[in-house]
Amino acid sequence: MRVALFLTCVNDTLYPDTGRAVVKLLTRLGVEVDFPMAQTCCGQAHYNTGYRHEAEPLARHFSDVFGGYEAIVTPSGSCGAMVRELYPRMGERARAEGRGESLAATLAPVVPKTYELTEFLVDVLEVTDVGAYYPHTVTYHPTCHGLRGLGLADRPRRLLQAVKGLELRELPGADECCGFGGTFALKNSDVSAAMGADKVRNAESTGAEVLCAADNSCLMHIGGTMTRLSTGMRPVHIAEILASTEEEPLT
Amino acid sequence: MSGGTFVGMPAFPKAAHEAVNNQTLRGNLRHATHTIRGKRAKAVAEMSDWAELREAGKRIKDHTLRHLDTYLVQLEESVTAAGGVVHWAADADEANRIVVELVRMTGESEVVKVKSMATQEIGLNEALEAEGIAAYETDLAELIVQLGKDRPSHILVPAIHRNRGEIRDIFAREMSEWGRPAPEGLTDTPAELAEAARLHLREKFLRAKVGVSGANFMVAETGTLVVVESEGNGRMCLTLPETLISVVGIEKIVPTWRDLEVFLQTLPRSSTAERMNPYTSTWTGTTDGDGPQTFHLVLIDNGRTDTLADEVGRQALRCIRCSACLNVCPVYERAGGHAYGSVYPGPIGAILSPQLRGTASEIDASLPYASSLCGACYEVCPVAIDIPEVLVHLRERVVEGGPVTRDGNKVVLKPAKGHAAERAAMRAARWAFSHPGALRTGQRLASRTRRFHPRTLPGPGKAWSGTRDLPAVPAEPFRDWWQRTNGGKDTSK
Amino acid sequence: MNSRELILGRVRRALADVPHDDTPYDQAVDRDYLREHGDRSVEETVELLAENLADYRAIVHRCTAGELPALLAGILAARGSASVLVPPGLPPEWLSAADTTRVHDRADSTVYDLDKVESVVTACALAVAETGTIVLDGSPDQGRRRITLVPDHHICVVRVPEQVVASVPQALELLDPVRPLTWISGPSATSDIELDRVEGVHGPRTLEVVLVSGGGG
Repeated sequence: MRVALFLTCVNDTLYPDTGRAVVKLLTRLGVEVDFPMAQTCCGQAHYNTGYRHEAEPLARHFSDVFGGYEAIVTPSGSCGAMVRELYPRMGERARAEGRGESLAATLAPVVPKTYELTEFLVDVLEVTDVGAYYPHTVTYHPTCHGLRGLGLADRPRRLLQAVKGLELRELPGADECCGFGGTFALKNSDVSAAMGADKVRNAESTGAEVLCAADNSCLMHIGGTMTRLSTGMRPVHIAEILASTEEEPLT
Repeated sequence: MSGGTFVGMPAFPKAAHEAVNNQTLRGNLRHATHTIRGKRAKAVAEMSDWAELREAGKRIKDHTLRHLDTYLVQLEESVTAAGGVVHWAADADEANRIVVELVRMTGESEVVKVKSMATQEIGLNEALEAEGIAAYETDLAELIVQLGKDRPSHILVPAIHRNRGEIRDIFAREMSEWGRPAPEGLTDTPAELAEAARLHLREKFLRAKVGVSGANFMVAETGTLVVVESEGNGRMCLTLPETLISVVGIEKIVPTWRDLEVFLQTLPRSSTAERMNPYTSTWTGTTDGDGPQTFHLVLIDNGRTDTLADEVGRQALRCIRCSACLNVCPVYERAGGHAYGSVYPGPIGAILSPQLRGTASEIDASLPYASSLCGACYEVCPVAIDIPEVLVHLRERVVEGGPVTRDGNKVVLKPAKGHAAERAAMRAARWAFSHPGALRTGQRLASRTRRFHPRTLPGPGKAWSGTRDLPAVPAEPFRDWWQRTNGGKDTSK
Repeated sequence: MNSRELILGRVRRALADVPHDDTPYDQAVDRDYLREHGDRSVEETVELLAENLADYRAIVHRCTAGELPALLAGILAARGSASVLVPPGLPPEWLSAADTTRVHDRADSTVYDLDKVESVVTACALAVAETGTIVLDGSPDQGRRRITLVPDHHICVVRVPEQVVASVPQALELLDPVRPLTWISGPSATSDIELDRVEGVHGPRTLEVVLVSGGGG
């Protein structure tokens, strides 16, 4: 099976380790991964800040780049939700504004074949034990767009529970938003920071070494809060845990 | 207590800044919202058909809104046939004038009030006061707010920002100003506080000749109004006075009696997490020998038809004011209700206020951003209002402008001021993202200069780095590694 | 233009996008939610009513029709009520064993008169098991709304199983919207202090419900 890795602009620029982990993991599971070099950004930040019309060319570009693949896999719940939930809505809005079917038709092909990583593993590859090894205590934060947008439910937890050596600890208030919210983190920084601090305190209370999530945007906010509050915890993307093996452990 | 007192509110982030740093307030809100969250989840889990009830509630409301003219006319006919008098008010001023005139006609100088969002929205108490008519709030939380000369901060529990100790102090200090004083030695146990309210308000209920209410629902086919409550103050106001004046938003209609079977199941569980609230009153016009013999219904628009004109935003009019979205909202929990600058706080307020009032003021233009778009509000909404969708839609209205309806007229809004830098940044980002080569150049530049990147930022960047470290920029972006190593196959490089 | 025409005009312009052949009411709503939750026998439904009434702090009694007068007399005596309000159509035998002073609600009774009475006994229109609710519809055996509101102690008699329905949808089917209805689920309560429920504000602070079997009344 040949899939396209939609890494996202944030991961490409700031979290290449996550990208390498996805490649390593999927390759190990027998998937042929391609990284279309023309990929850029899905337009989520534009859309959610109110710049839908600026997001439209980015969505079209996404469709041009990824339209030809069998499946598109992304290690980001929020960017996955952007394509799956909001691209159809962008098409509808363009139609309602009397701009015809063009946008909806352009975006339609990529919508059903875009998968968040844990979805792709559990639903498409039908694996929960990916042969990973990670001898650490971990608590899992289900990010909002993964949890409520894509409905990832217990998929990430099932994957983590199958990891050898990993001890999973329940995160109190797990369903609550960490306070990132894209430009919300800047526009309402006080509330955002308060939410982040509460999330970090809850994570600390588990005694886990690692807070794991399936979205680096949220982890950037949580991790930045963790170092500022001088907790001993570290944020790790789920792909990096799942890619880690006894032979090649995550360092 | 009315919308009037909210005039001149600062933008949401500024108001929230103070709330976030108020530890008492944070504690009160956290305690209350977390208590009710768990209970609501349990009450909803009892219903195996919750999803179907939610969908039915949404569809009933959507259908009603799509044919609102028909149902308004039908409601007017049924209420009139049942002995009521229907009045129409295009805005708050007109509604207040009508109510003042109706009270004057009774010759009375005081009214007792059932908790009502509509009368708060129009600032009725202040309008009555200006005409020498005293309006007594009788809901316990409203009483706390009124006695404390405070503003409401929650739809269901307007005094949620107060804890029991603060409530005790307000009662002990203020009750004597308004009537029967608080009992000597009043403690802060909720039962004693409730008893103090009972004694204080009893004399007002018994002598009241005019009651003022809102309504949770109005049934077009029968002309029936419905008030859902807990304390019995609603029953007092709806049954003891000779004249009842109900002020209700035009969107509160349901077509048929049967439709109540959906909302009387979803509202109590979403609101107070009860299988059923203690008291629900329904009345159809007037009944000989039982209850008020004169009944006036004042239907208010006050921005609702403008909201209705927006195909995306109109879903906000489905709201049944349960406040589940407030209770679950992490932003509300930390910013508190006052920061929203409206009688409608929380997520629903963030989409309702900028539609009812427009986005011209600083606070209204900032409300669509008062959310991390986490979606918890949509998940709990018993009529499935996609609040994040409307928030984003309203953000677009703020930054891009465009056609809207104000006071019944179509106008074209200009993009809001103060977003110029953001707009330019968004355009620049869109350009870079449309040109992968440019993106790559930027990424490489960032990587090459990474040793010079600070973990904190000056100026506007403080919004991030005041509380959070910045991530370190990696030595190379992923795409360079991919190319250099042939997709990771050439690991020697 | 008057405000009625103004508002209706605004509504119609706001709905310009709605097609003339929009889905009609009877097809617009899927009613695929349940008519009742669970599959209970008649006895189990009555049992559920008793449980849910008690869960919201109503005091529940059960008796046969023959035992009702003695039970009501006992409740009033235990409460120490000196007087009890009687709606015009209450079956006279219900209070035949009570020696509490009966106060009959008359059209000219003032609220101050009612405020002096300690207890009130009524029948009901029906009861809803799933929610623990009794519904009054102002029939002669229940009286006008104020008599169950001003006294602090309400005793409500429910004939079981015939007056018990399982659910809210079933209740609405049987009720007449023209009558003023009062749905009562437990005694007066509030959640206004820290969003936690406390019993006892303005309505009757004690609600006693008597479930009478065997053709009571």
